[in-house]
Amino acid sequence: MATLVAPAVVRKKSGAHAAHDAHGHHELGFFQKYVFSQDHKVIGIQFMFSSLFFLLIGGGLAMIVRLQLGWPDSTVARPALINAFYAFLSHILPASAISVTKIGYTLDPEFYASAFTMHATFMIFFAVMPFLMGTFANYLIPLKIGAGDMAFPKINMLSFWFALVAGGLMFSSFFFKGGAAGGGWTNYTPLSDLSEQLGGANVGQNLWVISLLVSGVASLMGAVNYITTIVNMRCPGMSFFRLPLSIWAIFVTAILLLLAIPVLTAALVLLLFDRTVHTSFFIPASIMIAGQPLVGRTGGGQVLLWQHLFWFFGHPEVYIMILPAMGISSDILSNFARKPIFGYKAMVFSICGIAVLGFFVWGHHMFQSGMNPLLGTTFMISTMLIAVPSAIKTFNWLGTLYGGNFKFTTPFLFAVGFVAMFVIGGLSGIFMASTPVDIFIHDTYFIVGHIHYVLFGGSIFSIFAGIYFWFPKMFGRMMNETMGKIHFWTVFISFNGVFFPMHILGIGGMMRRIYDYTQYPHLSHFQGLNAFMSVSAFVLGASTLLFLFNLFWSMFKGEKAGMNPWRSNTLEWTVPSPPGHGNFAETPHVFRGPYEYSAPGHHEDFWPQNEPPEGWLERAEQMKAAAAHG
Amino acid sequence: MLAQAVPPRYHYPTDWWNPAAWFPSKSSTYAGQIDNIYVVIFWITFVVFLIVEGGLVYFLFKYRYKPGRKATYTHGNNTLEITWTAIPAVILVILAVFSNSLWSEIRDPNKFPKDATTISIKPRQFEWDITYPGPDKKFGTADDIQTVNQLYLEVNKPVQIKLEGQDVIHSFFVPEFRIKQDAVPGMPTAVWIVPTKIAQYEIACAELCGYGHYHMKGTVSIISGDSLARWMKSQAPAPVVPVTTIAPDSTQQSAAAH
Repeated sequence: MATLVAPAVVRKKSGAHAAHDAHGHHELGFFQKYVFSQDHKVIGIQFMFSSLFFLLIGGGLAMIVRLQLGWPDSTVARPALINAFYAFLSHILPASAISVTKIGYTLDPEFYASAFTMHATFMIFFAVMPFLMGTFANYLIPLKIGAGDMAFPKINMLSFWFALVAGGLMFSSFFFKGGAAGGGWTNYTPLSDLSEQLGGANVGQNLWVISLLVSGVASLMGAVNYITTIVNMRCPGMSFFRLPLSIWAIFVTAILLLLAIPVLTAALVLLLFDRTVHTSFFIPASIMIAGQPLVGRTGGGQVLLWQHLFWFFGHPEVYIMILPAMGISSDILSNFARKPIFGYKAMVFSICGIAVLGFFVWGHHMFQSGMNPLLGTTFMISTMLIAVPSAIKTFNWLGTLYGGNFKFTTPFLFAVGFVAMFVIGGLSGIFMASTPVDIFIHDTYFIVGHIHYVLFGGSIFSIFAGIYFWFPKMFGRMMNETMGKIHFWTVFISFNGVFFPMHILGIGGMMRRIYDYTQYPHLSHFQGLNAFMSVSAFVLGASTLLFLFNLFWSMFKGEKAGMNPWRSNTLEWTVPSPPGHGNFAETPHVFRGPYEYSAPGHHEDFWPQNEPPEGWLERAEQMKAAAAHG
Repeated sequence: MLAQAVPPRYHYPTDWWNPAAWFPSKSSTYAGQIDNIYVVIFWITFVVFLIVEGGLVYFLFKYRYKPGRKATYTHGNNTLEITWTAIPAVILVILAVFSNSLWSEIRDPNKFPKDATTISIKPRQFEWDITYPGPDKKFGTADDIQTVNQLYLEVNKPVQIKLEGQDVIHSFFVPEFRIKQDAVPGMPTAVWIVPTKIAQYEIACAELCGYGHYHMKGTVSIISGDSLARWMKSQAPAPVVPVTTIAPDSTQQSAAAH
């Protein structure tokens, strides 16, 4: 014990000295400070604004999708407001997207395909992923582990700018002839491979591939940085098992990114070769276009290869988007329950378990793809198993709430909403894991409902919780609670209004990605339900505007936050809000885990990680003196 | 060809408490078995849902902030951890075992009905090209019968459908049969069905296949053996007639027709 304590004191001083040397002597110009910044906090906030922007784009596209699905056939009577919405859209969308005829406005089916493809692409790659693994990872890692910054600040800066360029490339694809990619976010070959079959989106399809390649570089740079920082730059006393769960989740997710992104990159490069230099990685010899053999290709490729490569990335990707959200909500739940997280180690091991198993379940996306049915059995078993760690986490969240003492603040509401909605998303997954049931519900709205319960009800609820929770640290002011609560309840109710009925549509046999289901007599009776879902979606969309208003209003007019408004334990709350460059004046020393709330015998109901135990400083001084004598 | 029948208008199920009532009607031998597994999973997940969400709401109410009360200080409980790891694991493995026996019954090529007649469907953008082998039961001979978007099956007789996409991936989906199978270019797949009712249903494409994906539908007519034989006779064997693909601006026409 003694040998541990003494060097820590020395280090504490040298740390302070180093911080002074590194940061005290020069003022940065505006561009270096706010634009091409290498400060992890600025980069985190930059990621937040870019993600918000793409969240709005993705959300806007979802509104267009819902507009079409609510009143798909122009012979269905449309409310006046809906026609007004169409009239508005016809002014801002490309001319080919909406046509006006005697029977009313009609959305172009190709534009519809682009809309749902780009909705998912923007939401997954440019909103949810950068929110979690850009905003929160960047902002929280150094602050929570007691480091001055990331291990590689310059790479960190480049990561943001690569991500932004990727987003810009993706967005620009709307403006090229043929419009944006329309093959679904999964972009199954050969549909995505041959522009003849897409019906025009040639440049847009190439841009989709290139943009994701660039975005992959950004993700890899981030991942390398996060892993290095967490492994090497934890402050004294911050052992792995004293890391907050948010950091554990981000750490494991960074490893997932590092292993999964290269596979996507490989698949994208093959697809780009197929599309631009006419190789045939995904094109079989027998392929016909409009009854004629395809000229200019040798064939000999494998159609299913794309699906295997894509889902080998794509399934870990799902966990990339949920694990950090789980970590964030764990932190917030424990904080507001004023209780230690229940089963900390079980939580850590289940994060690791999900990460490992996440690489063995990709085939469950392909049960009906024509893959060997024996593989279906294998993937069903691994998929059933991966539900176990998720169940463990859920029960531990309940255990955390048990015996708590909570005030219903907005971040807490969103974190609880996360648990409630993630449970539905997790349970609906079991239906699809069962191979025979999946025969029927595969590629129906059931899966659309499921993914939105996980990605919106899970990830985005948690992202909202995280923004409300760490906003005071980022900007030194609180977000408005009244607006926050209105936001929560509007989101909670309208979210369920949009996505719960999707399960009903799914088991009613409604296929996903379908422009006009009223073409099918057995689906046309769903128009009323779809209209209800669309109205809910519009309310959901509008609630985001309230959130944005609150965000910007609070940035300037919010109540001053102080250092630790939530009476929290972790290290980011021991520095001023917002923290200065270099974060900590002195390298902190950590004495305990992150969740010591309501510890018996302690005078407060929280116990910051860096607060020395009683008599520690005195003992350290004595030891130093003894060492000097000896 | 038979006129396209309009299925009865759907009503939300009066027996709404029965999870299977929300499905389309069932019309193949294994449709009921698939529904049964769905129902079992439904009730298991429903109970879990009630316990978890009920517990959540109860805790939120019971442990809401009261000044002066201190939260319970606990880091967890290993017995509980083991319990809530083991119980879901056992339930899920049992579900997997049950699911798998039906899965292999439907999908294992060795378990396909031996006496099934074979039909070949080669979908393309955006229609179903269907070939019957004709009296000689061989494909690629002069007596093959070709149709587009019109599938005729004999009731209560096993039939094997060979699928292969011509251009992109399509997916053969008949909700009432509870069958869905991708038709992949360059990689033949197959499904089998025993239709159990004389009826007409729609074939839907369940895999995004381009801008015309939404109207890529066909009709499956389940008829008696005699009717099928009569229909077979009435079809003069003919070479494949290429049918023009529907142009993108057909939305208006089909909407108006509808």
